[in-house]
Amino acid sequence: MANNKTGSILNRRRFLIETAITACSVSLFGAGLALYARQASSLPPYAIRPPGALPEEDFLGACIRCGLCVRDCPYDTLRLAKLGEQTPLGTPYFLARDIPCEMCEHIPCVKACPTGALEPELTNINDARMGLAVLSDQETCLNFLGLRCDVCYRVCPLIDEAITLDMQHNRRSGKHALFLPVVHSEYCTGCGKCERTCVLEVAAIKVFPKPLVKAELGEHYRLGWKEKEKAGGSLIKDVLDLPDRMPDNGLNLPKIPEGL
Amino acid sequence: MRAYKWLLLRRLTQLVILSLFLVGPWFGVWIVKGNLASSLTLDVLPLTDPYVLLQSLFAGQTLETAALTGALIVLIFYLIVGGRVYCSWVCPINIVTDVAANLRARLDIKGGTSFSHATRYWLLGISLIVAWLTGTIAWELINPVSMIYRGLIFGMGLAWGIVIAIFLFDLFISKRGWCSHLCPVGAFYSLLGKYSLLRISASKREHCDDCLDCFRVCPEPQVIKPALKGAEQQISPVILSPNCTNCGQCIDICDKNVFNFSTRFNTTVQQEKIS
Amino acid sequence: MKITRREFIKANAIAATAAAAGVTLPQTAIAAGARDKIRWDKAVCRFCGTGCSVLVGTQNGRVVATQGDPDAPVNRGLNCIKGYFLSKIMYGKDRLTKPLLRMTDGEYDKEGEFTPVSWDQAFDIMAEKFKEALKEKGPSAVGMFGSGQWTIWEGYAGVKLMKAGFRSNNLDPNARHCMASAVAGFMRTFGADEPMGCYDDLEHADAFVLWGANMSEMHPILWSRLTDRRLTAPHVKVAVLSTFKNRNFDLADIPIVFKPQTDLAILNYIANYIIESGNVNEEFVKKHVNFRIGNTDIGYGLRPEDPREQAAENAKKAGGSKSATFEEYKAFVAKYTLDYVHELSGVPKDRLEALAKLYADPKIKVTSYWTMGFNQHTRGTWVNQMCYNIHLLTGKISEPGNSPFSLTGQPSACGTAREVGTFAHRLPADLVVKKKEHRDFSEKIWKLPEGTIEPKPGYHAVLQNRMLKDGKLNAYWVQCTNNVQAAANLNEETWPGYRNPDNFIVVSDPYPTVTALSADLILPTAMWTEKEGAYGNAERRSQFWRQQVKAPGESKSDLWQTVEFSKRFKVEEVWPEELIAKKPEYRGKTLYDILFANGQVDKYPKQEVKDSAGNVYHNDEMEDFGFYLQKGLYEEYRLFGLHGPKKGHELATFDQYHQSRGLRWPVIDGKETLWRYREGYDPHVEKGAGIQFYGNPDGKAKIFALPYEPPAEEPDDEYNLWLVTGRVLEHWHSGSMTRRVPELYRAFPDAVVFMHYKDAKVRKLRRGMVAKLKTRRGEIVAMVETRGRNRPPRGVVFIPWFDASRLVNKLTLDATCPISKETDYKKCAVKIERAS
Repeated sequence: MANNKTGSILNRRRFLIETAITACSVSLFGAGLALYARQASSLPPYAIRPPGALPEEDFLGACIRCGLCVRDCPYDTLRLAKLGEQTPLGTPYFLARDIPCEMCEHIPCVKACPTGALEPELTNINDARMGLAVLSDQETCLNFLGLRCDVCYRVCPLIDEAITLDMQHNRRSGKHALFLPVVHSEYCTGCGKCERTCVLEVAAIKVFPKPLVKAELGEHYRLGWKEKEKAGGSLIKDVLDLPDRMPDNGLNLPKIPEGL
Repeated sequence: MRAYKWLLLRRLTQLVILSLFLVGPWFGVWIVKGNLASSLTLDVLPLTDPYVLLQSLFAGQTLETAALTGALIVLIFYLIVGGRVYCSWVCPINIVTDVAANLRARLDIKGGTSFSHATRYWLLGISLIVAWLTGTIAWELINPVSMIYRGLIFGMGLAWGIVIAIFLFDLFISKRGWCSHLCPVGAFYSLLGKYSLLRISASKREHCDDCLDCFRVCPEPQVIKPALKGAEQQISPVILSPNCTNCGQCIDICDKNVFNFSTRFNTTVQQEKIS
Repeated sequence: MKITRREFIKANAIAATAAAAGVTLPQTAIAAGARDKIRWDKAVCRFCGTGCSVLVGTQNGRVVATQGDPDAPVNRGLNCIKGYFLSKIMYGKDRLTKPLLRMTDGEYDKEGEFTPVSWDQAFDIMAEKFKEALKEKGPSAVGMFGSGQWTIWEGYAGVKLMKAGFRSNNLDPNARHCMASAVAGFMRTFGADEPMGCYDDLEHADAFVLWGANMSEMHPILWSRLTDRRLTAPHVKVAVLSTFKNRNFDLADIPIVFKPQTDLAILNYIANYIIESGNVNEEFVKKHVNFRIGNTDIGYGLRPEDPREQAAENAKKAGGSKSATFEEYKAFVAKYTLDYVHELSGVPKDRLEALAKLYADPKIKVTSYWTMGFNQHTRGTWVNQMCYNIHLLTGKISEPGNSPFSLTGQPSACGTAREVGTFAHRLPADLVVKKKEHRDFSEKIWKLPEGTIEPKPGYHAVLQNRMLKDGKLNAYWVQCTNNVQAAANLNEETWPGYRNPDNFIVVSDPYPTVTALSADLILPTAMWTEKEGAYGNAERRSQFWRQQVKAPGESKSDLWQTVEFSKRFKVEEVWPEELIAKKPEYRGKTLYDILFANGQVDKYPKQEVKDSAGNVYHNDEMEDFGFYLQKGLYEEYRLFGLHGPKKGHELATFDQYHQSRGLRWPVIDGKETLWRYREGYDPHVEKGAGIQFYGNPDGKAKIFALPYEPPAEEPDDEYNLWLVTGRVLEHWHSGSMTRRVPELYRAFPDAVVFMHYKDAKVRKLRRGMVAKLKTRRGEIVAMVETRGRNRPPRGVVFIPWFDASRLVNKLTLDATCPISKETDYKKCAVKIERAS
């Protein structure tokens, strides 16, 4: 009996020790995994999530890496990250330079997603915000140099909204205009058509995750003309403005441009 | 004499399921889309891996109906046929580890590290905790099971390395190390199979001549003993351990036809007709 | 090449970073130092009629780079995106390098497979077929289709071979599809072809009106200048007229989308408005303008048996007119009231009025631009003339900023097709075959017996295809153009014509275009700077370039081919005895001897071609023929301008052009001419005359009273949309070169059909879906685009035709302007449905 008892105590001790060891090593493993997860979850800036993707932190919790969005993409735009790629393993993304998003009206990828990692609330593809196009190299952009490329502008599915051409005088040539592509974050879906079609060896316009590139105005300052536009008129009413004293009522003065 | 009936059936099932996924991308015949994490069959039947979904839940996500429906169907299925049927009849890693185990036996490789069978439950737990802590489905970053399957369907990348790693691990380092000791997917499905209906029964345990062949081939040999040798203690001949994968290797190997597929409620022991 | 340590480390770091990121760096970035060895020489862009000057960089026998010429007046170093890729157009992977003949078992077989043959074999079979046709049916059975992309001397050699050598006027250029209406308009109104103004109008005008010229895409560099004018002179207004919203509308102060064909009515409304508002420049009109009433109901240039032709009263007298008075003209346009034209065109009244005011206001200098919207029109000649009408009524013409200006599509539509006279009815320097005086003069210059040139105009482009189909044109040579992709009604006319077993079709091209693949014999052709060349742009500027590199394989220039081929014909084989009898010294000679080794063309001996820096250039034709062929041809051609019966075509010398960045003709007393017909600018205008439209004998221009008439085909219940075809910035010349540049291909890979999203929706179509476009003549499929650069209104769709994989000309109707014979590619009826 005593022997038996000793044996069972010994057994229990061994069991406890083993359990403790297992628990420790598994916890260590867990900590390692958590750290790795944090590191491996950082999306490289060139990888773009499908339309409607939740914010990256949420996306990685909601996407179960099933690839159904990939399957339903009619343009083979989407792919699942393979082991060895920098994108979190198994998650869907696309490279704009390879195959951009064609912005299907019926958004099949979102419909295919079983978990809501691609938000089903996205029903108008114009509302997608996959990223934000940035004209990252004005030095090399042909339009900034005065050439008439503007391919990015013309391929933009939201032409004249997401990309406009800001026309300016070309001081170098003296008689040509510069057509400067300007991206408007209010409209840009980040589809990547511009990056895809940029004719340069390395694209001058690229799509990046919006948080990476979008600046933010200080809360302590407002843009006067925008506030005026919002309010539908000046924010201060009944301002006194006295006439200027001038010979001939100023008729002989050259007109000063009034702006838009 | 060894029969291969169940082994062949299992391999066939594994390959058929895989090929259902593959005929789409390979031949444009879309029967099943997606992968084991979640799939859509013939554009109507959604199936979702409940374990992945559980991780997502722990990661703090609310779940969509499509995924929940899919998971529920899978859940009910495995509740009936036994959770670890997933391991032996569906999971592609099983082929790798079976081969490794076989080779290890043939080459008579001994030693290495052994883990507690319980380790996988710890890992299961930790995978959920990490999901909760990080808010991501962290385990899926390294889960070889989904990695291989996804790899086969969507492109492997370096995932072949993982296959080889598991093979070598099982061959040299730890006998049946992955599937029977570490894999939290298996652990999850074990739990799922705790009360499942379909079971293997040592219904002719009287015939056992103690050749120990079944213990040798069984990936979870600890599950056999109570059923096979429990006659004295009045233990049911049905293998009730949730760790049993219903692989049927014991049925195939046994000369005496001791084992057969049965249900958990069929506890009758077939007595020898001629006494 | 010396490289510093710092540069070395930097270059390695870049390469390593790139490798890590999986990026392949362009070769040029890595071997930047190699740039030093590039030889630069001037040339002109291969694409549109703007004529941007470029510098071509050659290294180791290959064009490795180009740049816009920073000192060129047209483009000041700039290019559009096509020009940016000039250095790649010659190096497509599928360049043809050997003659290919359809053969079975070693013999020519119309149904055989293309088999490489030698040039000798190629010319043997070709000569055999041409001789056969000439012998059996005479000169009308042979023909040639040329190009506004031909160099000037290639066109000139083509004219000589066809019109003098084979005595066949069946020579027409692809410019027929492009510029013919402008030509006819110029000739009918002014008696002389080509614009009076120049690009400098862009910096002088107060208002620009774009009549069917999508300049923002089709003439990107000129658009850049127009935009700059608009930006830097705030009073400047831009009116844009089109049948759909295009990129011009970004700049439009007066945007106008009108119903197809109603531009005719809008122009008459403006004329009416000018008269009614008392803004006619009466003195100008009295002194410089005659009035005429043109024949109406002139048909649509379809086959005579077409019911529309049968019904047309003046189908055979389309060009007829009778003289009239201002009062008659006034009465004629009086019916084009604001209400009526608003109703007809669908344009808001305020916009019509705003447009009319631009022209009417004597203080506003107006430049009108047009391209294919006017020219490709079943009333193309009319609509050109009607635009002149409003410029003439107000006297806003021939001075800086006041210019009706027809822009050209091809790089040498003016220089080659028009000035050289490669049309079926023309001879060099505005001469025509119909006039004996002109034929006589040409024969004199060419040292030909009197009566060599046939007086009857030959088959024009559209007619050539019909005659091929009908088996009346049997030996046919196509150079430097892709007409099987361009000519309308492919299924019913072009294809049956090319594949008619009675016919032998030869196509010269650098690439296996649709046209080449439809031929029986393909001749591999040197292109652009693989030969010495010259182009003339839309502002009468002729620009020359030297041969920079060798053509690949056995490729030869069109010029070489034409001249070499002439050696195969003894004069007795092609001319009747009575003609030879007039010049017995030609007996036994070949066409080569008569046309090219005539003591004039072969006057300049073989020499080194050098630039001012002393670099020496190839001249393959000079090598082969033993004399400076290009110079000889040019100097002979120049005689037409110097001494011909039509004045105002004086050109500078061959050598001067090689030394300059291009000169605008007439070049007289060492000076260019910027504005024609106005004293002080144009030396041909007599002192004190002020203005002289000296193309017409009385020095007056003609205002033609012409009405609105409906198009040949309109949408109906079944074919219920207007189909408009056209181009895009990224592709030119049917895409035969631009689609072989990967970046341009990527920028616009496949033709899509632009349509209103509601028109798509009612047809159960969505953006990105594949639609079937069907007309009475054929069908194609294309992807639907409801966003993007072109926004047609409801009822109109637009599709570009650059895409060889969906031949838009299966759809288009071969209706033409009955006067200019130019096809209307802008209007036919189409049905669109989902492609299953």
